[in-house]
Amino acid sequence: MKQRIVISGRGGQGVLTLTRVLAEAAMAAGHEVITTETHGMAQRGGSVLSTVKVGPFHGPLVASGEAEVGLFLHADNLPVHGHYLRPRAAAIINATNLAKHDCVDADHLAALTGEARGANLALLGYAAGKGVLFAGPDLFEESIRKSTPAKYLDRNLAAFRAGVQAAR
Amino acid sequence: MGNEAIGRGIVECGCSVATSYPGTPASEILESVVAFCKETGSRIHTEWSVNEKVAYEVALAASYTGKRVAVSMKQVGLNVASDPFMRSAYLGVKGGFLLVSADDPGPHSSQTEQDSRFFAMFAKIPVLDPGSPREAKEMVRLAFELSEAYEIPVMLRPTTRICHARQAVTLLEPNRETRPARFEKNPTRWCATPRFVTDLHRGLTEKLGRMSADPRFMPAFLTGDGTFPRTAIVGSGVAFAHTMDVLEELRLSGKTDSYQVKIPYPLPSDFVERVNSAYERVLVIEETYPVIEMQLANRKIAGRGSRLVPNEGELTPEVIRGVLGKFLDLEPAPPAAAPPAPGARPTLCAGCGHRAAYYAISQTFPRGIFPGDIGCYTLGMNLGAVDTVHCMGAGVSQAAGFYHAYAQDGGEFPTVVATIGDSTFFHSGIPALVNAASQRARIIVVILDNSTTAMTGHQPTPQVGRTASGERCRPVSIRDIVRASGVSFLMEVDAYDVQAMTDTLRQADRYCRGDGGGVAVIIASSPCVLATEAGTTQMGRAVHVTEDCTGCRECVDMFECPALVWNEDSGKVGIRQAACARCGVCLSVCPTQAIVAGEGGAA
Repeated sequence: MKQRIVISGRGGQGVLTLTRVLAEAAMAAGHEVITTETHGMAQRGGSVLSTVKVGPFHGPLVASGEAEVGLFLHADNLPVHGHYLRPRAAAIINATNLAKHDCVDADHLAALTGEARGANLALLGYAAGKGVLFAGPDLFEESIRKSTPAKYLDRNLAAFRAGVQAAR
Repeated sequence: MGNEAIGRGIVECGCSVATSYPGTPASEILESVVAFCKETGSRIHTEWSVNEKVAYEVALAASYTGKRVAVSMKQVGLNVASDPFMRSAYLGVKGGFLLVSADDPGPHSSQTEQDSRFFAMFAKIPVLDPGSPREAKEMVRLAFELSEAYEIPVMLRPTTRICHARQAVTLLEPNRETRPARFEKNPTRWCATPRFVTDLHRGLTEKLGRMSADPRFMPAFLTGDGTFPRTAIVGSGVAFAHTMDVLEELRLSGKTDSYQVKIPYPLPSDFVERVNSAYERVLVIEETYPVIEMQLANRKIAGRGSRLVPNEGELTPEVIRGVLGKFLDLEPAPPAAAPPAPGARPTLCAGCGHRAAYYAISQTFPRGIFPGDIGCYTLGMNLGAVDTVHCMGAGVSQAAGFYHAYAQDGGEFPTVVATIGDSTFFHSGIPALVNAASQRARIIVVILDNSTTAMTGHQPTPQVGRTASGERCRPVSIRDIVRASGVSFLMEVDAYDVQAMTDTLRQADRYCRGDGGGVAVIIASSPCVLATEAGTTQMGRAVHVTEDCTGCRECVDMFECPALVWNEDSGKVGIRQAACARCGVCLSVCPTQAIVAGEGGAA
């Protein structure tokens, strides 16, 4: 099992949370996993990128044209981080409609659950529901339960499930 | 996270004192020490010191008493701590002394991409270079052991891709052995005057000689299958890990001999001898400067000296692929598609008080000179209110330098406004302020006080009165320090009140230019919106844009709040309510008063 995932967004969109949830899920599935993320200045609304490498890798970075999966929380980041995707990669974009891409309006899904900040988990739910990730929705739900403080758990799970539903 | 792994390692190794000053990518190390202390019930004195020099000295003396200590910082923090650092190599330590200096090749969030391993070599102390978070944790233990075996400070040098990488690590029980503090006086060592220093230096050189024969310093050897005879790859840190991944991707794993150098300085002489005699072709891959390469001292080496490896920037897998392609004479990598677009640039948060203060500064003094400093407020450059950014505390000294240069020419001098955050002020703004005051620099210093170290994740500053572990401690007042620095003009303003800020700036300028004028200090306060609930900000009511918006773009271009959005179709501005912090500052920014408080209007 080897899967390289890039997660792209703007500072404040919850890229770090997604990175953690993916890593937890990979560990729960018994895989080796190594990730890297953006901290510091760029977190103030700038473009940020995380990488998650599931399987026997040594270093955390993904090279251009290597990623099997891309999760884009902001459509404007496609020209910035799209080059990491390999030719037939599964790219899931938080957008209403973009030619040639698998889109889901994660902002809208999250807003329907009453918490606009859940768009990151709605996007993850959609990707998991589409079956493009190394594991299915159940495992990610478990990892969200483990890594979310109690007071946000219900709303985060609701956003994630809305994404899974939208994929069906 | 790598920083958590290092923090956990520090707790497990029975460390007694851990100090730090926050800075990306090192900030989470001390935070993790605090968290794991609480979790495991370990007792460690943890502190966010005012700066790295102080952090280093506090830890150093604690080590003299025989206890294990750790001090962590980002690489440019070691520049600040370089004075105690250099001498500590000569005098040595007692209890294990771990220095973590986190490098930032790239750089992603730093003013240089300097290599701390070079600094270790300059100081003549050993440096450990981890290739993964897991290895970083193991190396904490090794560092303490080496430090005690040789009575020398030992540096652990992770890079951003280790600090902010995540990987599963094995947790061990913390060592709960308690060592009582025992300081043995020894003036010829701990106070070493110049006549004792040569002997101490000789002792240091002798220690390095013994390390050279210590098997723990030998690099890890991975034997090749002979496909590339008499060829070796020597690497260290995360660059070596990425080299392994790239070779695997190329199906070339195990085809060359390779060495992972875990301790890049000092390199054992046997290793240097072996590399230079057993191989015809050697490639060295390390970040960011040629530390291993220089010690190998072989002009035939492929690396930075031969210009095969770029001298600047991060060694990403793409760069390493190119280097390996040339070294092993492979097919060139498929050319990259169109170069990636630049990402969105970072900006101050919606509702950030710094934005209001910067707007007032740039509007009040259109021809002013604005030295800035290090922190979130560096982003004031987007607002035209930061003209220079150099290093911690430099804004205030540079302001004085600008004034003296202009004043020397006679006649009118430009208004010089330095901005500095509260944490940076404590870190190194205080000596600069004392200096400017005593030298009668006619400058305005605006202390942007948001009561936290915001950029690095909200570590407490001394005026907050809270320790790293969350206990109450004595708050230190910025106001009192400013007064004691010899400054006679001091005003305090609510940063959100643009009118009051503008009036105060004008008053300060008059003071600077008047008889007996000097440094004028304004403390502009507004708690960080990320650290407090946004509801506590000034206005707390929704704002909207009326029909009167003329589309002049003053607010989006000059104020640049992320909650103000330009609508291409209507040619007018709108408010993104989900992002708006309801601070109400934009009301005073709109020249036509088209931004008003209250519900209603199109978003």
